Parts: sequence; structure tokens; C-alpha cells
Amino acid sequence: MPDSLPSDSVGLVSPKTIHFDKPLELACGQTLESYDLVVETYGKLNADASNAVLICHALSGHHHAAGYHSLDDRKPGWWDSCIGPGKPIDTNRFFVVSLNNLGGCHGSTGPNSNNPETGKPYGPDFPVVTVADWVASQARLADHLGIQQWAAVVGGSLGGMQALQWSLDYPDRLRHSVVIASTPRLTAQNIAFNEVARQAITSDREFFEGRYYDENLVPKRGLMLARMVGHITYLSDASMGEKFGRELREEAYKFGFDAEFQVESYLRYQGERFSETFDANTYLLMTRALDYFDPAYDFGGDLSKALAPAQCEYLVLSFSTDWRFSPARSEEMVNAMISARKRVSYAEIDAPWGHDAFLIPTPRYTDIFTAYMDRVAREVGA
Amino acid sequence: MRADLEIIQQWVRPGHHILDLGCGDGTLLDFLQRERNATGFGLEINPDHITTCMGRGVRVIEQNLDTQGLDNFDDGMFDIVLMTQALQAVRRPDKVIDEMLRVGREGIVTFPNFAHWRLRWGLALSGRMPESDALPYKWYNTPNIRLCTFKDFEALCRQKGIKIKSRRVVDGQHQNSWLARLWPNLLGEIAIYRITREST
Repeated sequence: MPDSLPSDSVGLVSPKTIHFDKPLELACGQTLESYDLVVETYGKLNADASNAVLICHALSGHHHAAGYHSLDDRKPGWWDSCIGPGKPIDTNRFFVVSLNNLGGCHGSTGPNSNNPETGKPYGPDFPVVTVADWVASQARLADHLGIQQWAAVVGGSLGGMQALQWSLDYPDRLRHSVVIASTPRLTAQNIAFNEVARQAITSDREFFEGRYYDENLVPKRGLMLARMVGHITYLSDASMGEKFGRELREEAYKFGFDAEFQVESYLRYQGERFSETFDANTYLLMTRALDYFDPAYDFGGDLSKALAPAQCEYLVLSFSTDWRFSPARSEEMVNAMISARKRVSYAEIDAPWGHDAFLIPTPRYTDIFTAYMDRVAREVGA
Repeated sequence: MRADLEIIQQWVRPGHHILDLGCGDGTLLDFLQRERNATGFGLEINPDHITTCMGRGVRVIEQNLDTQGLDNFDDGMFDIVLMTQALQAVRRPDKVIDEMLRVGREGIVTFPNFAHWRLRWGLALSGRMPESDALPYKWYNTPNIRLCTFKDFEALCRQKGIKIKSRRVVDGQHQNSWLARLWPNLLGEIAIYRITREST
């Protein structure tokens, strides 16, 4: 917990739940008759509502992107390094909107919410939502907030996919799309890792086909394993090496199978913490949304054709040691944008932290992000 | 206004789609975007330059010409491909010129003249590798690994069947000088060439 709030923090914030009554048709064919979205906002919307920035979260993210909920919080929001007064997404200039996506487990309607038809949690009956579904729900949120056009839609990883999807589905409703450490589609290897994670969850004896709420149980071990395997893909070999090396917790080998290496105990700790705060069904949904994302699919795999409707300007950023969504994946996206005659800027940032680098403020990352967003702010008169 | 910008902008039509190879801090593209409503990209590898470009609204792609080439650009997608003061710093200038005229209808190339009298004089007198305002480096740390003279460049164009549409010669401060026009390969420090493969 901070003794006092840092001056570049958005300070104490509190989430708000917004209820939507207009049914939302989903890509899977089902319809959500009504739903809630939990939202945090930072900064002030200007008179012509031109300074709004939408933050899209990644797999395990949520609405709490910046600031503190109370002075007792151990840590600020998940992207506090980039959102706040004087930070790249400067809350003195921008009105920042951050939400928990549909299917999430932090307050927006999802598998652990009550299904109005049964009065019990949806569980496995919650429809499999896609990136396009999220974007559609975010557009409803924009309507609700009186935002006709975002100055920018910004996201890392799965959040970057949403920023890209926005530019295709609502071309005139955003000026800039900022796509960080992302990819236009998952590779077989990416899907394979997701499958291992899902198998870990669904094969947990306490999963009960997704109806574990009714049993008052949680597939904790499965979720923990899923997170452990995921977490490995977020780091780089070099950063794990630097952080843990082959360091042992005690001095000598014990010739057993407990966590003897530091890296083992770190992963177990991360997995356990995660399994206490995250919902297993949401994890399944989020990984599926990742797998399905492929805007080029309907265009014979030609991403530049899929990009045809886009009007916004793009900023694409990748990180040198990210092997989950490598720089080559970002370059694929950039090349399609060039081919489609779109406005795009691209940089590959040298950073040792693998995929997680998008959450860590390195000088070059911060400089580029700040310079670009400063220009966006000037453009909209913020 | 810098004389080279003045000269180059005369060759750019409103709305032209432009690629600037080694765009630096984006000064030229920014100028052409504002003055000529041009669109397009700069390619650059210097991190500080890339940041400056992004801050001023010049679209910039981090891409290394030597290792990545221009494979990601379609044939004829640009009206003009620019390369100012960078030709002498790439590994294979001949291939870069081919690629420029593949992705663009027209190329504009500027580079320092290694046959300028001061460089000739310096080498002849001191027997040391020449240095000048346009070439301020030592032989061992210079990024300029493929220096050539105006005559060399023109010979390469002839050999490749590339047409030189215009050539303007300026001094190290990018100023026009009548002496340089009179005897370019000896008195010109920097040349601005406008080249094409198209017959018209």
C-alpha cells in the first residue's frame, strides 16, 4: 500500500456498473437479453466528447486499469504505468474508459453471474463470446457515455485485437487504433498452449462440467495449472533466467518432487494467487476468444482485404523478446495495413521481458507511446 | 527554406503517395504532408528519430533496408520514393535503387559527391581519407560505406537503363551555386537526382 498517492496517479477510483437492456446478438447465434458492464473512468470528458480513449484488456485483465480502490491496496490498476497525469495516456488531457468485458469475472455479466432464466449462475451456459462481440458491447457503452468517436482505442495482446476489430466494425467511431504486442491471428502453437490450459481446467475433478458453483467448489488445481502454463508464455527465457536462473530454495537437491527451484515456487505461487481471484469458466471463454480471432478468415486469409473499411490511423508496437505474439506477427499486421493503403506507424521495442513487456514502462516504450498520444491529444484539441 | 526541400517539393504533386527511405526525424515528410498534402511513410531505424516522427504525425515504420529490403511494399504503390543522404550508407545501393523504382514510379535521391574538389584536394595533399561538412566522420566509424561520385551514379543509372529526369547540384549548405552547375562533379557537394524507369 502506498503511504500517500503518487502525484502521477489517477488517485482513488471506484467502478460503476452499467446495465444494458437492449438484447445483444452474438457471433455464436445466441442473444444476451440484458447484461451489465463494470466500468472505470479517469479524467474528464471534454465539451465536444472528442477526448475519450477506450482501454481494452487482455486475457486476465479487467476494468481496474489505473489508480487505487483504497489506500489499503497493495498495487494500483494493471496498466497504471501508462495511464495517469503526465503518463503516456495522460488523464489531464484524455477521458479514459476501461471496462471488464462480457464473460469476465470481475463484475460484468459472465459465467459466474446469475442467469435470469434459471436464477442460478450461467456456468457453461454462458455463450462463447468473441472479440467482435466485445467490440459491439463496447460500442453500446460508448453510446451510453455519449461518445460518438474515440480519440483512440488502445489495447495490448487480446486488448490489441479489440483495438484492431474496432477499426473494422466501426470505422468512423475511432480516430486511432493502438495495437500493442498483439497478432492478427493465433498460430497453431498459441492455440496449443490454450488447449493445454483448458484441458487442465476441464479435467479437474472439481470442474463438474462448469457447474462447480452449484457444488460450492472451484477447480482450483486446474486453474492454477492453466495459469502456470500461460505465465511461462508471457515471459522470455532470458527474463526467467535473470530472475531465477537455476537458483534453489535450499542449498542442495532433495531428490524429490517438491518445488526445489525458485522458478517452480514462483510459478506455483502465481498460479495459486490467480486461482483464488479468477473464474475457470471465464478463463475458458477468454482463451477461446483468442483462438477464434481471425479477421482475415472471411477474406480468404487476406488481412489487407479485411482492413479495407478501416479509416483510423494505426500505431503498432511489438517487443523484441515476445515469443507469444512475436514482432513478426505485428509486422504481418503492419504489412497488411501498408498494402491496404492505411496510415500506420510501427516500432519494435527492445525489451527483455517477453510478452509481459507491454505492461512494463521501459524508456523507449514510454517515449514512443507518449509522443504518439500527445499527437492524438493535439489532434482532438485536448 | 532549405534549398533541397525547395527543389524536392517542386517535384511532388498534391496528394502524392510517398515513401521516404531513411526518413530521419521526418522533417521532409512533415514538410511535404503540410505543403503538398502528401501521404505515405518513412522508414527509419534510429529510435529517437522514430519517436520524433510519431510525435509530429509522420507515419514511420521501423525497418532496416539492409536486412529487410522493401519486400513488404507492392509494385508501383508510391508516386515517389525518396532517399536523401542515405544511399551511401546502405550495403547495396544498386539493389536499393532497383527496389525504389519497383515500388515507386519515380525516385528522388540525394547523396554527397566524393569527387568534390575539396575531398580530392584533401586526399591528394595529405594522403589521408577526406573529411568535410557533408562527410564529417573518420574512415573507421563512418556510416557512409558506399561513397560515390556524380559520375559513378550516372554510370550506374545508364547501366541499369534508368532515366535521369533532372539533376540539381547544391553546396554543403544545400544552397544553389552557379559554379556547381558549371562543373558539377568537381564543384558540387550534394546532388539531387530525379530518376525513373518509365519512358514518359
